[in-house]
Amino acid sequence: MIIKERRGPQEIPSSSMADIAFLLLIFFLLTTTMSMDKGINIVLPPPGQEEIEIPKENITNILINQAGKVLLDNKPFKIRDIAGFAERAIARNKNMIFSVQPHPKTKYDVYVQVLDQLKMAKAKKISIANPTE
Amino acid sequence: MKLERKTRSKVEIPTASMPDIIFMLLIFFMVTTVMREYDGLDVLLPRAQEIQKLESKREITHVWARKDGVVSINDHVVPVKKMRQLFYAELVKKKGKMTVSMEADKDAPMKLISDIHTEMREVNALRLSYATLRKGGNNQ
Repeated sequence: MIIKERRGPQEIPSSSMADIAFLLLIFFLLTTTMSMDKGINIVLPPPGQEEIEIPKENITNILINQAGKVLLDNKPFKIRDIAGFAERAIARNKNMIFSVQPHPKTKYDVYVQVLDQLKMAKAKKISIANPTE
Repeated sequence: MKLERKTRSKVEIPTASMPDIIFMLLIFFMVTTVMREYDGLDVLLPRAQEIQKLESKREITHVWARKDGVVSINDHVVPVKKMRQLFYAELVKKKGKMTVSMEADKDAPMKLISDIHTEMREVNALRLSYATLRKGGNNQ
């Protein structure tokens, strides 16, 4: 009896709080997806601006055929060589526009590779033509 | 010397503040977590090097395009020609600030991609991001 009187005021046990917090922490760690959304950002042209007159020397045509072969200014090119070419073209002419023209059956993968190369060359002006045969 | 050592109390790492530290971490993760909202379609993303992060998760509309031409916007499967209504609804919901994250299969034909571009342009949804994986790495 004497011992009971000596006891201090009752407290909520807090020793397990760390464990509870740990459990919650692990739950959020597992469910967190850090910056899942990554990709190549582009801005599309507004509607109704199909045709603009551009001097020929400011355009580099990049044609991609069905099989994924790339024709750059009418010369066949390896995809990984496009960045170097584009860089040189921009150095020569700051207003150079790269017009990417895929075939309707061109695989998206090849198109993304080409865009990636242009982005590597820091090309700002990229035009995407509607796929034509 | 030996005697002195014996009388010394055991040195321990103080653990009293551990719950506080854990709580701090917990709160950090709670604030940064955005639960994955959509299941999406079954696609194999292409890989690229020059990839950028998308800024705000709340402004993103997800579009999936499978190689057989099945397209979904935020988990609603729609025909390509009807995409513009959904894009417009999303654009209104997000008060004009919208970025479309396109998760297209790497074998999807460009015709499909271009049709989606057209649908986006019709309703003035112009900011687009081609979702890709990082080249060379095994990360997601």
